[in-house]
Formats: sequence, structure tokens, C-alpha cells
Amino acid sequence: MSFKVPKKLGDEIDERITHYPVKRSATLMLLHAIQEHFGYVSQEAIEWIAAKLELQPLNVYEVVTFYPMFRQEPAGKYVIKVCRTLSCMLGGSHDLFKDLCKSLKLDPNKHGLQTTKDGRFSIEFVECLASCGTAPVMMINEDFHEAVTTEHAKGLLSKCK
Amino acid sequence: MPEEYRLILKNADADGYTPDIKCYLKHGGYEALAKVLKMRGRTVDDKKFTAQEYLREEVKRSGLRGRGGAGFSCGLKWSFVDRRSGKPIYLICNADESEPGTFKDRQIIHKDPHQLIEGMIISCWANDVNLAYIYIRGEFPEGARILENALAEARKKNFLGKNICDSGYDLEIHVHRGAGAYICGEETGLIESLEGKRAYPRIKPPYFPAVLGLYMCPTIVNNVETLCGVKHIVEMGADKFATLGTPNNTGTRIVSLSGHVKRPGYYEIEVGKATLGELIYHENFGGGLREGRTLKAIVPGGSSAKVFKAGEKFKLKKRLPDGKMEENEVDLLDLPYDFDSLMSAGSMSGSGAIIVMDDSTDIVAALANLSEFYAHESCGQCTPCREGSLWMSKALHRLSHGEGRKADADYLTGIAKNIQGRTICAFGEACSWPVLSFVGKFKDEFEARGEADEKARDSGAA
Ligand SMILES: Cc1cc2nc3c(=O)[nH]c(=O)nc-3n(C[C@H](O)[C@H](O)[C@H](O)COP(=O)(O)O)c2cc1C
Ligand code: SF4
Ligand code: FES
Repeated sequence: MSFKVPKKLGDEIDERITHYPVKRSATLMLLHAIQEHFGYVSQEAIEWIAAKLELQPLNVYEVVTFYPMFRQEPAGKYVIKVCRTLSCMLGGSHDLFKDLCKSLKLDPNKHGLQTTKDGRFSIEFVECLASCGTAPVMMINEDFHEAVTTEHAKGLLSKCK
Repeated sequence: MPEEYRLILKNADADGYTPDIKCYLKHGGYEALAKVLKMRGRTVDDKKFTAQEYLREEVKRSGLRGRGGAGFSCGLKWSFVDRRSGKPIYLICNADESEPGTFKDRQIIHKDPHQLIEGMIISCWANDVNLAYIYIRGEFPEGARILENALAEARKKNFLGKNICDSGYDLEIHVHRGAGAYICGEETGLIESLEGKRAYPRIKPPYFPAVLGLYMCPTIVNNVETLCGVKHIVEMGADKFATLGTPNNTGTRIVSLSGHVKRPGYYEIEVGKATLGELIYHENFGGGLREGRTLKAIVPGGSSAKVFKAGEKFKLKKRLPDGKMEENEVDLLDLPYDFDSLMSAGSMSGSGAIIVMDDSTDIVAALANLSEFYAHESCGQCTPCREGSLWMSKALHRLSHGEGRKADADYLTGIAKNIQGRTICAFGEACSWPVLSFVGKFKDEFEARGEADEKARDSGAA
């Protein structure tokens, strides 16, 4: 297998596994660690995790396909998540999403994650991000942004190099 | 004058207050834990209690009810734990915070993580738990990091680990991250997810977490805010805690207010000491609607709670001191914001999240938005929920995109009625209640929309 996990990440993963009396429990945390490092969860990664946790690859695969945050293909360098749910909709998040899709030349009516041609940005609508009091909200990678106007958002994107 | 009462969020927003342990200790942190570790067994009314049993009784006496959604007595839940099985007992903090409208646990996690950790250590001690987890939603990466740092700090000070503060008690707590699925908030789905599987809720009976939870061992699942409440019960005593709030609705509660109000945000109140109207209109809270707007609807307890229509009146029963029942008519805006009043009014205070909609709101689009959420989040185990949530979402989509029919209103109600009560978990109710209440209370709008679409199609065809 060509899939290689660098030592530092490998050590972190080994430590994570000790947090549970049953190895299988570490599946989600390992998937997070792998996705953070490699940008997505490849078939090789699934097999690697399965071997690590003494599971069948299927056991890991069914987890990857169940949870919306895990992806099996690379995403853009900056992943934008705009909240779609009620309080944010009342606060204008659907217009925000449309505006951003338009400026990234992507289709606002398409479901799921979409990536720009140059691979710089990915965008998707997500469900309530638990910050409804500062609607509309969005995330750019791990950073959280509140009460976002289209202007504000475009300013943020222009800083993503 | 109705105002905030900050108990759990007392320090969170104070100037210069930081999430590190030094700051927490400076503000009296971990003193409740020290008090607990010194507790000894005692005899009350000829009944012998171990120290742990006594604390569990205190929590019961305090009247603390779960802040995650169901409002179930925390002490009673703890009393169901199977302590004779010989298996380890686990505790899980539910930090999934995924009920749309809710953003209170986020405040505690980000601003005062040690308060949660102290509440957890005390709760674990009271229940003989040696291993516990914080299940945090995947979209809180920063929250997870803050908690891991805080846990490491607590470990260093020996508030966690082996032989905590020389008491002989061992406890370890770890952070476990979800990955974007709402159903992980449901406690048995959460347990499956923590076991490394798809978050398919388990059927009750037999899988009550108190008996057959994590790894088929007795397990306690409590919300972030509930566990913080336990710390304050120790600090102030159960009796004092029970004087906060109103009878059977004790303590404080963090209300998440969002939607069409001037000052959306989180407000901690004594339970039942402010009315729905005050929370929306009073200058200490929401500060009213935007200029020139009138109220249309309120979702009072997270998206799963049944909607209220502006102007609704309720007949509420109240027990008088002499035991007789008295019936009063109460306006929607005069409902005290507590567990029991909202339940008597046919909805619930759920996760404590109020979503306000003014007259600019397209009520069909609002429900379509919520139904799309549920269609996306159904775990898919039960046919009525998996198929029904999708049918409802599709019907609402066409109704809000000019392709509806007048009969859609009844069609939607029919589907919703066939879901509730026929599923493994309470998601079945969570997805059907919004439909039943929105369509039930705003039926004329739903029908008018469908009728207009039909007419437009007919004239288009002709
Ligand atoms: C569909 C569904 C979603 C839920 N989501 C959450 C949640 O995000 N956070 C939470 O604390 N409880 C949630 N709950 C309630 C939990 O199942 C459980 O009752 C709660 O965590 C118990 O804690 P408490 O007694 O301290 O409130 C949810 C329940 C259901 C049915
Ligand atoms: S009611 Fe829905 S969410 Fe709950 S177990 Fe059934 S299919 Fe899954
Ligand atoms: S609805 Fe957008 S954060 Fe809750």
C-alpha cells in the first residue's frame, strides 16, 4: 500500500486509540485526524484505519458515508460552509449563499460540496451551526464568521490566498 | 422588572475572563469539587446514605431538569442507573448542540470550559464513574480544542487522573467529536456514534442507557448545561437552588433567542420568571420586533417544538394551595417560559431556543426550510421517518416554488400523523410536530398557496 502516515500523525493516532476501552470507538476521531491531514478520506486511508482498529474496511466505510463531514474526494483549499437553516434563512443566508456561489461561478441550486475550477474554494450549504443569534453565519475552514453580509464575505474570501 | 439572572454564565462574558484554569481558579473554580471530595456519608431520618448517595439525593431534591430537550429530572435519571450489574458505569456529556435555534452550550464550552469539566467530575464522582466522554459536534473544532486544553490543565492539577486530589477517586474524561449528523444528539444514536458506528438510535426498551448504554454498560447522558447545574447545586445547596425559578421548574436556564427580534442572543433567566412576551419585547431581552413589524409566529423550544401563532390563547390548569384545580385563560405572550406552562400550551420549551418570526415571514417557506432539515437528517432506520420526512419536504418544496396543490395541506398532515409514534426514536415526533402545527395553525395560508398555484396552472394550460 502506498498510503503513508507521517510519524507525528501516527503517534497522535496511537494516543487517541488509548482513550477508549474498545478500539472501534476511535473510528470517528481517526477519520477526523486523517481528513485534516490529507484533505479527504481515500480508499487506502479507510483500509489503513480498518487495519489499525482491527476492523473490516466496510466498518469504516459505512461510517464515512453516514456522516456529512467526511468526504472521499479532495476539496478546495478553503472550504466555505454557509448555514441553511431557519434562523439563518430569516437573517438572509440564502441570498448570501447565492451571491457567493455566483461570485465563485458555481451553481447555487446544486446540492452538496462544489469546488471552483482552480481548486481554491469549495462551498456548501450546511445545517444549523449553533450560532443562530448572530445569523447569518458561515465557516471558512475552521474559522467561524457571524452576522455575515455579502460584502463582508467577499472581503474574507479575498484574503484567502 | 424581568431581568437576566446569571448563574452559569456569571463569568463567561465578564471583562478579562479567559477560559484557562488560572482564571477559573481565581474565580472560585474547583472549590465545589473540593467540597464534594470531603463529603462523608450521613444518616438522615434513620436512613444511611453514602456520600455519593447523599449527593444524588441532593440533585433530586434540587429539582434540576435536563436542559437538552426532554426536561426530565436529572436526579431521577441518575436513580435509574443499574448499580448492581458489576459493569463499569459511564457518563457522557451531550455537547452535540444541533437542535436548530440553539446556541447556549457553545457559550459555556468556548468561554468557561472548566465549569463544565468541574460539573462533570462532580457528577461522575456521585455516580461512581471512572471514565467519561464529552461528545461534541463536529462543527465545533475550536470548542473541541478548548476542551482538550482545559482537560489537560485539569489533569496537570490532578483534578483528573488517578487519585484525584488525594481522595482515592480516579477519573478520566476524553473529547469525542461528531461529524455533522443531527441524530447524534439523540442519546442512543450518540452512544452508537461513540462506539464508532453509524448513529442509528437504539430501540427502548430494552436499550435504556441507564441499563444498556455505552458498550452495553449502564450510562448517563446529560446535556452541557445540566452538568453545569450540578456544580451550582453543590456550591449553593439543593434548597437554595430550588428557590431559583418556579416550583417544579427550578434553577436557571439559558434561552437562545433568534429570528426577527432587535436583540437576538442568549439570555439566562430563572426558569419561569420571564414570559415569552417579555423575552421577545422587553429591553433586557429581545427588545421587540423590527420597526413597523408585527408578530406572526414563535417556535418556542428548538425547531422540533410545535409552533405558536400570534394571538393564541390557552386554557391552563393550575393547582391552588388547597389542592383544587383552577383554570385560567392565558395569552401566548403571557406564558411563563418554563417546562410545564409550555407543555400545557401544547408545545415545549425543549432546548430553550426561541425562534421569532414577524409578518414578513413566508410561513410556507419557513416550514419548507425545517422539513428539508429533517429530511436530510433522518438516519433512515425506520420507514415512516425515512420516507415520510422526504415526502413532506418534497411537498413543501413544490408548495413554496409555485407548484403546489390545495390538497397539499391535508396531504402533509396525513403523512405527519403516520410518522409520530411509529418510530424507533423521538426524531419521528421532531419531524412531524412542526408540520402538524404549522399546517394546522396556518392552514388558510397553505391552502391559499396551493390554490393559487392550481389556478395559475389552469390558466396557463388554457
Ligand atoms: C432527534 C434528537 C436530537 C437531540 N439533540 C440533542 C442535542 O443536540 N443536545 C442535547 O443535549 N440533547 C439532545 N437531545 C436529547 C437527548 O436525547 C437527551 O435526552 C439529552 O441529552 C439528555 O440530557 P439532559 O437530561 O441533561 O437534558 C436530542 C433528542 C432527540 C430525539
Ligand atoms: S425515527 Fe428517524 S431518526 Fe429516529 S431511528 Fe427512526 S429513522 Fe432514525
Ligand atoms: S440556523 Fe444558522 S446557526 Fe442556527
